[in-house]
Order: sequence, then structure tokens, then C-alpha cells
Amino acid sequence: MDKKIINPFINATLNVLETMAFIKSESGKPYLKKDDIVQGDVSGVVGFTGETKGTVFITFDESSILKIVSNMFGEEITEINNEITDAVGELTNMISGQARKELEEVGEVFHGAIPSVVAGKNHELISLTKGPKIAIPFKTDFGSFTIEVALDE
Amino acid sequence: MDLNMKVLIVDDFSTMRKIVRNIIKQIGFKNIIEADDGKSAVKELKKGKVDLILCDWNMPEMSGIDLLKTVRSDDELKDIPFVMITAEAQKDNILEAVKEGVSNYIVKPFTAETINEKLTKIFGR
Repeated sequence: MDKKIINPFINATLNVLETMAFIKSESGKPYLKKDDIVQGDVSGVVGFTGETKGTVFITFDESSILKIVSNMFGEEITEINNEITDAVGELTNMISGQARKELEEVGEVFHGAIPSVVAGKNHELISLTKGPKIAIPFKTDFGSFTIEVALDE
Repeated sequence: MDLNMKVLIVDDFSTMRKIVRNIIKQIGFKNIIEADDGKSAVKELKKGKVDLILCDWNMPEMSGIDLLKTVRSDDELKDIPFVMITAEAQKDNILEAVKEGVSNYIVKPFTAETINEKLTKIFGR
């Protein structure tokens, strides 16, 4: 999968979490996934269409998303509730919007759909796209999260 | 910029109101009220003494641009600084808001610094 498609998602994620939640995250090495399962505690999912079609999954573990949303709200949130899922929807929207803007600057025009959010300890989502799937792991001081980009061939 | 001024945050999405409120508090504003749609915003504005409106573009029934038009055509409210908050995807619509007299605009995601800079442009330091 082309780096020029992946990098904008990495940049947008780092930027959105730093500006909106004051959290620095460190991206690990992207890897090609061999299975179709996305696993985590809260996931934002957004489809996109354009020159390539696909889906982006942003999957947080509980400790990272509790800290991220607590920082965004300026109040401590201790459990995954509707406020957390709404905030993940908003974060996914911002990340996808900013990544699309960067992609547009290199001539790749994408349109994003409205994000969905799935919550549940260790939930699993199955990606039905037929193309390559790449995962980018991120670490913060408070937990970890993963971005997965699955493209249609 | 007087940090005691009364700020009205208008957004139908309570999560976004919380995020904006948190950022505005970090700048130092203490007097913050909220409205969850354009109509409730007009009610709040009619009570008087709002010094700044921070409004989301995308709201059902009365959108941000409709609220802006209402404010700018009301003799009592027309001079209140109005800052529109918009998503990246709707950035192009901002030209319409400029035509209708928006004081400034903010594109999501934003930082306290970005909001502070925009407000300093309106109110001075």
C-alpha cells in the first residue's frame, strides 16, 4: 500500500490528539495485516470513496481513550459511556477530515462518510474489503491505539 | 481582551460543546453559557449581555449561518462578535459566512492557541 495514503492518517492522528487532547503519541512501524479482525475497546470506523475506496478503523484501548477524552473535556471520565463514544466519533471525523485534506494536497481526492463508533471490551470488527490492510500501532503514556486502513482493490 | 466577557457556545452536539468549553476555560474565560440549537441561542441572546458567540456551522433546524443572519439583522444583537466553527469538509462555505458578516472562523481540529489568536484579532490583546 502506498505510503502517500498512509502517512496523512498518521500525521492527522498525531496532530488531532496533540491539539485536542494534549497527548503526544508515538507511531510504531506500520505492518500489513494477515487477518480481517480489528480488536479493541472503542473503535471509530469511517469509510471513504474516491480514487481508491476503503475503510479506516481507529481502535483505542480503554485506558488510552479514557485519558484522551478526559483531557478533551477537562474532567475525569472513568468508564466508557456515551460521552466517550460521541467523542470518538468526533475524533474520527477530525482525523479523517484532516487526512483527506493532506491527501488532496498530493492530488488524491477522497470523500469521507459519517463515522460509526463501536464500543465493548475486546470487541472484534471484521473488515470486508478485499484489498490490502495495513495497521499502524500508536503508543501514548496512557495506553495504546491502532489505526487500520483497509482498501478495496 | 476581557476574560470576564460572557461567551455563548452554540452546538447541537453536547460533546463538542464540552470540548469548546474546556478550551475556552483554558484561555481564561469564566463566564460561559451554552445553547444546543439556533433557536435556544436566540433566547439566550435576547436575555442580553452576551459578548461573544462561538457557533457550530452544522445544526438541525437553525444552522450556524441562519443564526448568523438572524443576529446580524437584529438591531439589539447585530454588533456581537460571531465566530463560526466549521469542519474541514465545510470550509468552503465560510465565504458565505463572510458575506453575512461573520467576525472570524475556526476549522476543527483547533487548539486554545488558534482560538486565542482569532479572538485577539477581534478584541485586541
